[in-house]
Amino acid sequence: MSLLEVSGVSVSFDGFKAINNLSFQIGDAEMRAVIGPNGAGKTTFMDIITGKTRPDEGRVIWGEKSKSLLSMSEAQIAREGIGRKFQKPTVFEDQTVHANLLMALKNERGPLSVLFWKPKPDDLARVEALASEIALSDQLARKAGELSHGQKQWLEIGMLLAQDPKLLLVDEPAAGMTPSEREHTTSILVEAAKTRAVVVVEHDMEFIRRLNCRVTVLHEGSVLAEGSLDHVTSDPRVIDVYLGR
Amino acid sequence: MRTWATALLCLLAGLTEASAQDTPIQDILQEHREIILESSRRTIEPAIQAMASSGLPQAQTVLEAWQDKNIWVRTSDGLFFRADPAEGRSYTLTDFDTGAEAGTADKDDLEQIKPNSGIRGLLGTALVQFQLMDPNPANRRSALLSLERRPDPEALVPLRGSLEGEADPAILARKERLVRLLTAAFDPDEPARIEAIRGLEGDTGVDVRATLNPILTTRLQVFEGGIAAEANVARQLRPGSEAFPVAAAYDLLVADGLVPARLDNDTVKSALAANIVDGAVAGIPVADLDTQEARARAYAALVEAGTVQPGITEIEIDDELARFSFAEVYVEPSAAVTDAARDTLRSISTRVGIAQAIDLGLDALSLASIYFLAAIGLAITFGVMGVINMAHGELIMMGAYTGYVTQQLIPNHTASILVAIPLAFAVTFAAGVLLERLVIRHLYNRPLETVLATFGISIALQQLAKNIFGTQARPLTAPSWLDGAWSINDIVSISYIRIAIFVLALMFLALFLFIMKRTRFGLETRAVTQNRRMAGSMGINPDRVNMLTFGLGSGIAGIAGVAIGLYAKVTSELGADYIVQSFMTVVVGGVGNIWGTLFGATMIGFLQKGIEWANPSNTLAAQTYMIIFIIIFIQFRPRGIIALKGRAAGD
Amino acid sequence: MRTSFFARNPSVPIFLVLLAAFTIGVTILGEAYGTGDISTSFTKTLGKTLCLCLIAVALDLVWGYTGILSLGHFAFFGLGGYMIGMWLMYERTRAIVERSLANAPIPPTPQEIVDGIGTQIFGVVGSNEFPVVWAFADSLFLQLLMVVAVPGLLALVFGWLAFRSRVTGVYLSILTQAMTLALALYLFQNDSGLRGNNGLSGLQNLPGLGSVPQSKVSIWFLWASAAALGLGYLLAAWIVSGKFGSVMRGIRDDEARVRFLGYSVEGYKLFVFTLTAMIAGIAGALYYPQAGIVNPAEIAPIASIYLVVWVAIGGRGRLYGAVIGATFVSLVSSWFTGGQAPDIPLGVYTIKWVDWWLIVLGLSFVGVTLFAPKGIGGLVDLWTGRRAPDRHGADLGPDQGSFREREAGE
Repeated sequence: MSLLEVSGVSVSFDGFKAINNLSFQIGDAEMRAVIGPNGAGKTTFMDIITGKTRPDEGRVIWGEKSKSLLSMSEAQIAREGIGRKFQKPTVFEDQTVHANLLMALKNERGPLSVLFWKPKPDDLARVEALASEIALSDQLARKAGELSHGQKQWLEIGMLLAQDPKLLLVDEPAAGMTPSEREHTTSILVEAAKTRAVVVVEHDMEFIRRLNCRVTVLHEGSVLAEGSLDHVTSDPRVIDVYLGR
Repeated sequence: MRTWATALLCLLAGLTEASAQDTPIQDILQEHREIILESSRRTIEPAIQAMASSGLPQAQTVLEAWQDKNIWVRTSDGLFFRADPAEGRSYTLTDFDTGAEAGTADKDDLEQIKPNSGIRGLLGTALVQFQLMDPNPANRRSALLSLERRPDPEALVPLRGSLEGEADPAILARKERLVRLLTAAFDPDEPARIEAIRGLEGDTGVDVRATLNPILTTRLQVFEGGIAAEANVARQLRPGSEAFPVAAAYDLLVADGLVPARLDNDTVKSALAANIVDGAVAGIPVADLDTQEARARAYAALVEAGTVQPGITEIEIDDELARFSFAEVYVEPSAAVTDAARDTLRSISTRVGIAQAIDLGLDALSLASIYFLAAIGLAITFGVMGVINMAHGELIMMGAYTGYVTQQLIPNHTASILVAIPLAFAVTFAAGVLLERLVIRHLYNRPLETVLATFGISIALQQLAKNIFGTQARPLTAPSWLDGAWSINDIVSISYIRIAIFVLALMFLALFLFIMKRTRFGLETRAVTQNRRMAGSMGINPDRVNMLTFGLGSGIAGIAGVAIGLYAKVTSELGADYIVQSFMTVVVGGVGNIWGTLFGATMIGFLQKGIEWANPSNTLAAQTYMIIFIIIFIQFRPRGIIALKGRAAGD
Repeated sequence: MRTSFFARNPSVPIFLVLLAAFTIGVTILGEAYGTGDISTSFTKTLGKTLCLCLIAVALDLVWGYTGILSLGHFAFFGLGGYMIGMWLMYERTRAIVERSLANAPIPPTPQEIVDGIGTQIFGVVGSNEFPVVWAFADSLFLQLLMVVAVPGLLALVFGWLAFRSRVTGVYLSILTQAMTLALALYLFQNDSGLRGNNGLSGLQNLPGLGSVPQSKVSIWFLWASAAALGLGYLLAAWIVSGKFGSVMRGIRDDEARVRFLGYSVEGYKLFVFTLTAMIAGIAGALYYPQAGIVNPAEIAPIASIYLVVWVAIGGRGRLYGAVIGATFVSLVSSWFTGGQAPDIPLGVYTIKWVDWWLIVLGLSFVGVTLFAPKGIGGLVDLWTGRRAPDRHGADLGPDQGSFREREAGE
């Protein structure tokens, strides 16, 4: 029983096929790395799952009730339990770390309930807990814009976790991080994958090796290979794609 | 009959041997002496008729002299002469028959014939037949023109007669057409008339419709009992139908004095007011009379007391109406004629409809080319730089004022326009580059800030123009060869200025395509549009490209200003009047594509004309509806007609 | 972490105290209840300025906090004025008609009175019948309801259409401008039912209070305007201080991110847009009785543009900035354009401020945008030492994304 099932999805921009008959599935509490050269369609793949891009054909089925995600808006999909971290860290720089986490906290999302919402002790405790998980306990009162690059990445991961999603889509979480920061990021993700599905898109093979999970290789918009890292890196087609040009 | 015979005899006599004692003109005058002296419009007709139909060469001179109040009668012998003032109180007389001087006479011995304006009109008509055969073509044309303006039943016969001798083919064609029209309108011979009417089928000329429409004039007529059999009925009207309410029908009967008037509110009120006794009317206190029911009761009480006349009730009104029939009746008695006219008009109206649609299309096209010119600069800057220039309208205004100033310096309109176009381009190009360097350059990546800053500039420039040129409109006159319009027929016509603007718009489309597709600058611009950083790293200077692009967009705005100024007055608000439409054009068309702008302009131009056509009385409402339409249009194509997709869309 | 609302928003109590002090001060110095140092007409100007402050606060909510640059909020302001104006004009005309008909020998029927009012009001546009939109003109309660309902409904419909199709940024600004232009052009027609370009007039006379002098009425309106501004400011501060405010700022800075957090951005935008339209309606309903006349020219796009200018100069993204901007610019503008500023003779040319003020305003606006995007309110930061995060030149508006810094690897 899979959590997310993508089957036969294609999308093209002005004749260019960004995704070509792609199929993919992932179960509950599974970690998956997605790799592929530039232009392989990794970001577009995430765009399709999160509702930002509508595919020309194919199906995207979600959860136990097998809902189709294709007719939902981005916000609805997010409320269904799919969280996404962008390639570039996107946190609300004008607001405090605390406010950022509070906004992401899983709660009612409607305008009226948000307007009259007051944080309960539980909520505050959850924010504290998340902050310590992402090593930002000391920074709660600071503006997010003042954080270092790596701290912003963590804050964004923290916001993802605050949403309590069933599926986490993480786009290049380790980009621009120092080695020690990477290590911490790895442990956050591995911890998260114990209770939910995590899809990590990454270039850095070292980072993926440390995640120690199944790997899906994308090439020209479709799945080229799938399996353990050692398995796929020994696949001649994968070597061809990565080194052959 | 005798007149004719005499005239014929005289004519023969005049042709064979014009002897001194033959005085046919004087004879005619003497014959109608009574009515000529009486000089009344009602009775004068036979005299003019006789003179006009005499066929005498001198008749024209007589009629002209008559019209000029230059016929005098010598009281001593009752003879008619032309008289010109001579020395003192004496006048030189001229004999009408011979044209020779006939001595002098004292003023006391002469009496002037003074035709009033009515008679002079009749004389004018009578003269037409002579003018129609005048040897001078100019006179013939002016006679035709006056007939075309004021068609006259009497002119039909002489006009027909003048066809034969006509040598000038153009005038002949005009005469033949006029004969057809006059036949259709006035010929007492019904078959000939119907034939003429049918012959006009499909002719879209305004004069044809002006001829045929009066034939179908109707008037509302009331018949006691049924409709009279001899009436040429256009349509029967039933009181109580939507087109003919009962009240209107009854009022018509009242107006004709056929039935008593209804009781209206005012009558009741004044009757009540006249019968107030001790603060009450018929026992009902005045203070209670503030409802219609109370008033009706009071009035009824007064009727019972016999103080006032009873009013007519609804049922009585119906009864009265049942006694009468109502119909719209043609003034023209012959049904065959009205049928023919109706059929012909119907055939014409189809053609007129088509022609009007073409005309509307041409109008819309020229409006579209103006919007295109106004919007193209905006689209360039928006598409290439992502910058909305709110001062774009003021650049248009600047171009128009440049044209105006040029015209003050160079009086020749052709030369000044030829100078003004490049000058306007240069001025606004410089203004645009200045604007880009000083303001916009600092605001890239902050599009909304650009909107604000350019607002500020727009406000300042508009006020500056007001300070320099004042608030009154300044004329920008087109060269005379652009005056007038190219008329295809009476309906389809387009002014040369609009054609010129259309051509200008096409030229700019071509120029723009050439610059973008065929020049180094265009290549660089496209590169910067697609990926600014990449272009920068390939040795293209994006700053320079932006500056020149902005300059180009502004320069085109300046030329658009000259074009718009040519047919609209130049004011400081000229640009502001076009800016919203320009924005709409860009929004509807989509950003970053010249074809999008073209489609957008075409759509908005046609839409605006279409709405104006559907609701001609209200151009303000047209704009409202158009904006509402655009807001709805955005629902379906949020990024315009031609939208960029995928990564290039930048979202 | 959690403290009282006022402690978290120190500007609110300060503002409310200043507003109260201002109101009391004007009352003491005014003609009706005080020394008479402030003339009635200037009291009206001050009262109107308070209304402008209120709509500036509304615009700040929608632009400074949510990032929607609306160039059409004066449409809602004007509509609010029209709604209250209908009742004022109807009732006042009714009094006049009743007085004139009282002398007639036969007392008028209710229908005759209504007809009389119709002739009085619409005679100027060649009609004498009440259009449907005047159906509730005789009810103060219903017209007051319409003061918020009509602008709110227009904003709801327009906003729903615009936000639903994801029109953002400059496009949206232009659409809002088109909306206010469309409304103004519609109202300019004689058959719009609101007296075409004549507008509604005589609004300064309160029905039933003909004996009260304008000096008192003007003070009453000043009080009402101050109360509305105080409440509006409080409401706005409350909204922006909570999580809702967080989401609003989030939408301003990066609406895609907010969407991926599961918030329906469109719903929030629509809520803010509609709410601020209602606030604008209330501000207009208080403004136009003080101005005495409302006509379609008030709704012309340029009015909304000036509103944006005020907020920008005052400093957007902070409520007191909007108030400072509206007060400062509108009072200074009326001082310059009112002919009170002394002309500057330059020998060959005399600078007449009536002619040159707009140029100065326009250019100073450009200057503020370029050099002081925080506006006058930015001065407060210098004083309190508040420091914004380094944004590397990015602005507050909704840009391509948030204020992302360039990544090292990109």
